Amino acid sequence: MSKKTTILAIALAFCTSLFAANPVSAESTLRVVMHSDLKIVDPVWTTAYMSRNYGYMVYDTLFALDSNLHVQPQMVGDYSVSDNKLTYTMTLRDGLMFHDGAPVTAADAVASLKRWGQKDGMGQMLMEYTADLSAVDDKTLKLILKKPFGLVLDALAKPSSNVPFIMPKRVADTPASEQIKDHTGSGPFIFKEDEWKPGDRTVFVKNPNYKARSEPSSWMSGSKAVNVDRVEWISIKDHQTAVNALLAGEIDYMESVPHDLLPLLDADPNVQTAVLNPLGNQYMYRMNHLHPPFDDVRVRRAAMWAVNQKDFLQGVIGNPKYYKECAAMFFCDTPLATDKGAEIMMRSDYEKSKALLKEAGYDGTPIVLMHSTDLNVLANLAPVAKQNLERGGFKVDMQSMDWQTLVSRRSKQDPPGKVGWNLFMTSWQSLDILNPIMAAGYRANCNKAWFGWPCDTTMEVLRKAFAEEPDPAQQKAIAEAIQIRAMEYGTHGHGGQWLDVTAWRKDQISNVPNAPLPVQWSISK
Amino acid sequence: MEHFKVRRSGTLAKRSQRTMLGFLVRRILATIPVLAMVALFVFFMLRLTPGDPAAILAGDNGEPHQIEAIREALGLNEPILTQLTIWLGNILQGDLGESFFFNKKVTELIAMRVDATLSLAIVTLIITLAVAIPLGVLAAYRHGSWVDRLVMGFSVLGFSVPIFVLGYFLIFIFSVKLNWFPVQGFKSISDGFWPFLHHLILPSLTLSVIYIALIARMTRASVIEVLNEDYIRTAYAKGLSNMVVLMRHALHNAAVPIVTITGIGVALLIGGVVVTESVYNIPGLGRLTVDAVLGRDYPTIQALILVFSCVYVVINLLIDLSYTLLDPRIRY
Repeated sequence: MSKKTTILAIALAFCTSLFAANPVSAESTLRVVMHSDLKIVDPVWTTAYMSRNYGYMVYDTLFALDSNLHVQPQMVGDYSVSDNKLTYTMTLRDGLMFHDGAPVTAADAVASLKRWGQKDGMGQMLMEYTADLSAVDDKTLKLILKKPFGLVLDALAKPSSNVPFIMPKRVADTPASEQIKDHTGSGPFIFKEDEWKPGDRTVFVKNPNYKARSEPSSWMSGSKAVNVDRVEWISIKDHQTAVNALLAGEIDYMESVPHDLLPLLDADPNVQTAVLNPLGNQYMYRMNHLHPPFDDVRVRRAAMWAVNQKDFLQGVIGNPKYYKECAAMFFCDTPLATDKGAEIMMRSDYEKSKALLKEAGYDGTPIVLMHSTDLNVLANLAPVAKQNLERGGFKVDMQSMDWQTLVSRRSKQDPPGKVGWNLFMTSWQSLDILNPIMAAGYRANCNKAWFGWPCDTTMEVLRKAFAEEPDPAQQKAIAEAIQIRAMEYGTHGHGGQWLDVTAWRKDQISNVPNAPLPVQWSISK
Repeated sequence: MEHFKVRRSGTLAKRSQRTMLGFLVRRILATIPVLAMVALFVFFMLRLTPGDPAAILAGDNGEPHQIEAIREALGLNEPILTQLTIWLGNILQGDLGESFFFNKKVTELIAMRVDATLSLAIVTLIITLAVAIPLGVLAAYRHGSWVDRLVMGFSVLGFSVPIFVLGYFLIFIFSVKLNWFPVQGFKSISDGFWPFLHHLILPSLTLSVIYIALIARMTRASVIEVLNEDYIRTAYAKGLSNMVVLMRHALHNAAVPIVTITGIGVALLIGGVVVTESVYNIPGLGRLTVDAVLGRDYPTIQALILVFSCVYVVINLLIDLSYTLLDPRIRY
């Protein structure tokens, strides 16, 4: 071989090595873009939805909600309730194991529930009614109540933040005020902490020891069998970039597509768009009860008469296929749905609004309306509200800010102005507000209530009655009374229901579960 | 006599080295008050900015008591001066702090992201210099011709088109329609050179356009000025070729302003990567900065601003030092 040929051969080999990519793995990897980036890997410490979604990957729950909104046992095999409704005995299924190979025991479940009960509103209520929660043996736990609490199973199957996920006792013993550092769960996926790059990607691998239930998957209950080896949550902040990536086949699944970008995806025959949560979300407007003018019920009701659902929904969502005017505070098509007392939310009556303002002696001081500008599904709400409120006789000082500033500012109890506020708007996922106990907006225990701090003894009495009522028919009657009271007193208003759209590559994946949360079990690739 | 000359020249060289060393020491010492001022400014600005990290950490459904507990745990209830003292004390010990959100050291977060930003900046710089300097020299050489007007027209266009518009346009054509390049993401060079380059070509092109416009204009102006000098006429009179005159004589003597603007351009890249990294979903320091600002992650923002300030200072120092290489008349 001549010197020239040798040099050429070496150069060629060098170039080949430069351009050679790493060997392609045969494992199936599901590439998912969630609505946001995962920041906190403790789903009990924070209420962030991404942490909740992470929780469903890594952990499992004792009970879970199915698509008919019925509670089903999940980690629990058998359970019984005493005749006096005070003792709940639950036995764990056989063969449940944590990711480290240790068996799941009743002691783990007890410790997990106690930690959750310190953080979550519904959990705190359950603990208030609890006389004793303890492990009888390795597989059996017993919950003894001081007095009947009608929502024991609903609390244990609570589907959204904070979810009572079961962790190993050594992890669950971490004080609720501290974040956990050990991410061992018993759920269908294992979190790969060593591959987690915050702001870039979160990696999960299939849990080979996961023991799925035999029943078919139904929302958060039933089988959670995993059909891919690995799931990667890729953080793509920019919606347009995420849509482009889906069109180019670089990702398989996009949790939430902005409604204005849907035509791009619908035009591609390889992309499927669908509404996976038929209940969707609810807009809420919340007034600050601490300061004038909304410390007067007549002014709160004047605001409610001024705005209406249709204007909000048309202004933000636009496409009627993805929104619904709904008179039910606890969502249309649910067991607690009712339209009692809801007329005030459904149509604007500016004359009534003006009359109420006159009666209340509203002095024309502008109300501070916080306007969140950076989230698509919230950005147009405040301008619509401003227009309607002004037509109803209010003067409005709309202050624009990013959502995180709004979240910070809404916790301030200072008088409206540069620090305090009078009114803001937000959106709730249906799973957070299906009943008046889990829904924070109905709490009216003054300074302990959710931001806005309503103070109404009648509402608190009704909520307590609902919590203690075991009979579903009676619960529905109380829920109706609560809805009527919420409208009379003006705890908050319902701005309409809207639907989230999920998209995926149907040429790349199949068996996407019909769940109201973005879960990745059962998906095949 | 010869001996004297050598000694004299050796003395001069030593004196020159000493003055250069003195300059370096002075410049490095001067960075300390600059960085201290930056640190104080950023610290107080963040505390004056609306937003509460505790409320964000608690999540959208966070209750007032949960927010208060988080605020307490993060030390945000301490007086501002106490917070400042703790932070400065940690910095002096080389500890930039821990992110509020990720439960990780900020240095660890920066280390995870620096690879992507550095790669984007280097590839952008290579493309910029490879395109801008020849274009600028060509425009100067053909001063007043259609080539000059074309280059200047491109330059105006390059300045005028926002990075995100160009980014989406390139993605639509080359990624979505032609499928030549990936829409988003980053591959480290350890994943293979081609995957690395494949993911960086479009972002680097997008980012380089504005710098090509800037540097091409500056190169053109500098070279035009130099081409009117007597020594250029002398070089042509000696019979040197156009290429030799342009590259060896004209460009070399026009280098100081070009290097200055290139240095400033590199510093400005830090701003440019924020947008480019967002459009192309590159997990670099730019996106980390945006995320940290949106999340009011004080320790991360403070650390990033300090790091960026250090980069600015070092680049400026390198530019100053490069003058002595490019123009022997410049001494410090």
